[in-house]
Amino acid sequence: MNCEPLPTLHVGCAAGFSGDRTDAAAPVVEALIAAGGPAVLIFETLAERTLALAQLARRENPDAGYEPLLDELLRPVLARCLEGGVRIVSNFGAANPMGAARRIAALAAELGTRAPRIAVIEGDDLMGAAHRSLLADALGPQAQGLKIVSANAYLGAEAIADALLAGADIVVAGRVADPSLTVGPALAHFGWARDDWDRLARATMAGHLLECGAQVTGGYYADPGYKDVPGLANLGYPIAEIDADGHCVVTKPAGTGGRIDEHTVKEQLLYELHDPAAYLTPDVVADIGEAQVMQLGPDRVRLSGVRGHARPATLKVNVCHETGWLAEGEISYAGPRAEARARLAAEVLRERLKGLGPVRADLIGVSSVFADDAGDWSHAQADSGARDVRLRVALHHADRHQAERLAREVTALYTCGPAGGGGVRTALRRRLGTVSCTVPRDSAPGRYVFLL
Amino acid sequence: MTTTLTVPLYRAAHARTGDKGNRSNISLIAWHPRLWDLLVEQVTEAVVERQFAHRHPSRVVRHLLPNLHAMNFVLDDVLDGGVNDALNLDSHGKALSFLLLDLSLEVPLELSDCLAGHGASKPM
Repeated sequence: MNCEPLPTLHVGCAAGFSGDRTDAAAPVVEALIAAGGPAVLIFETLAERTLALAQLARRENPDAGYEPLLDELLRPVLARCLEGGVRIVSNFGAANPMGAARRIAALAAELGTRAPRIAVIEGDDLMGAAHRSLLADALGPQAQGLKIVSANAYLGAEAIADALLAGADIVVAGRVADPSLTVGPALAHFGWARDDWDRLARATMAGHLLECGAQVTGGYYADPGYKDVPGLANLGYPIAEIDADGHCVVTKPAGTGGRIDEHTVKEQLLYELHDPAAYLTPDVVADIGEAQVMQLGPDRVRLSGVRGHARPATLKVNVCHETGWLAEGEISYAGPRAEARARLAAEVLRERLKGLGPVRADLIGVSSVFADDAGDWSHAQADSGARDVRLRVALHHADRHQAERLAREVTALYTCGPAGGGGVRTALRRRLGTVSCTVPRDSAPGRYVFLL
Repeated sequence: MTTTLTVPLYRAAHARTGDKGNRSNISLIAWHPRLWDLLVEQVTEAVVERQFAHRHPSRVVRHLLPNLHAMNFVLDDVLDGGVNDALNLDSHGKALSFLLLDLSLEVPLELSDCLAGHGASKPM
């Protein structure tokens, strides 16, 4: 038995959602290269609905369907990663991982780098005919009448780990569980048993801290006077230093903005968690009930005490389906009795749109965020006398032409509504719904293939 | 004799909201370990359910994490349908942590040094 501990694995995260800043990667990559050890750069760009939007894009253009900002994310760092031995793992393949892989190969050629070995993770997409009955069984009665756009199983870390062990420089996935982007490289690097639940759980929580990018380094945190964050306009993105037992230290590149302390780490540790003793992923059930965070130095916090339990026997599947259209409209009132005029405009719209379904009305500047769809909160408040109010209304309708009536009625308030209404803006957006189900793990195995 | 202060909860703790479907989770994290017991006593499931009553939670569950001096509230069905179905502007409920932090807390005078910020606090 070799008792020499394996060197720490550094995993940096340069994107936490599709729509994140695209200039985050360069300082992370330089820090990873400077650290000198084995290193991986991840991008997490796939929220629940992102994949459905990607499927819709691919319907229009068979070459599309991967992260639209792929070039912007990779161009600044691809050559440096390949030179510096920083491997890249991401779910930016979305609905077309092979298309993304081809685009990366073309980008590498354009940049004059060596040809990278690019692996593509397959098996998450359950839209094909082969999976029709599996999906129907898993969805049960809720499948009735669904206009399905996408159906994807959340794959785990194993196929990512296998691809890295086979020599991939870049691993392009579609739907994998977000923490698996970190667990995969850790599994490959440390060679843990695939039922080493404690270590897998620790790496999972390291991945959880990384997966939202700047949310652990001061983003989604700042609150002047209470939670001051230096350099919010230039946030450094996080790097986890993972040891052979899976424990991690979270840090960020020197010279970047933001902060990492026990408070930022605790907030992100609990982000989107329900029962802290049972955080379910395809790789493990992680338990942070006894977890501890400790500040080791400036912008350096250690997470320990995470435990793991056997992974679930099933995989979660997200199914996105078309539900219709969301129509929104806004108009402003200002000066004396502005709020009263905005409230009157809302009443007029409700009357004009009667029968189309519930119309939500918000008074921006008075009450537009904590309120509820039914309007209970707003009705309970007396006119506050606000002098600068923007009325915002919204409705959903399955039929596009019916939804468009809201935009027309808001626009008509220019001449038919209360006095002094100005600044109408309207928008119409396609709506997607999500339903979830589970399938037996074996029915949706993940696998990798190399781009030839 | 003045023995306690009434302060806004945000002086004793900070919070973050996450969402999954029509379910919101809001973490509440003590600014100082000595404030933890007060949070456990006063920021109960019942109090939180009342604060969010107009959003009609079907269930409010509180999970305690004493090591972290933190608790996690899970509120079911408070997002007007969630990110796919809600008609509201903040369909993720990102801002809801600040509705929680709008609660007040009774703090013994001797713990006032543990509070964050300098918001108005009035002796009772």
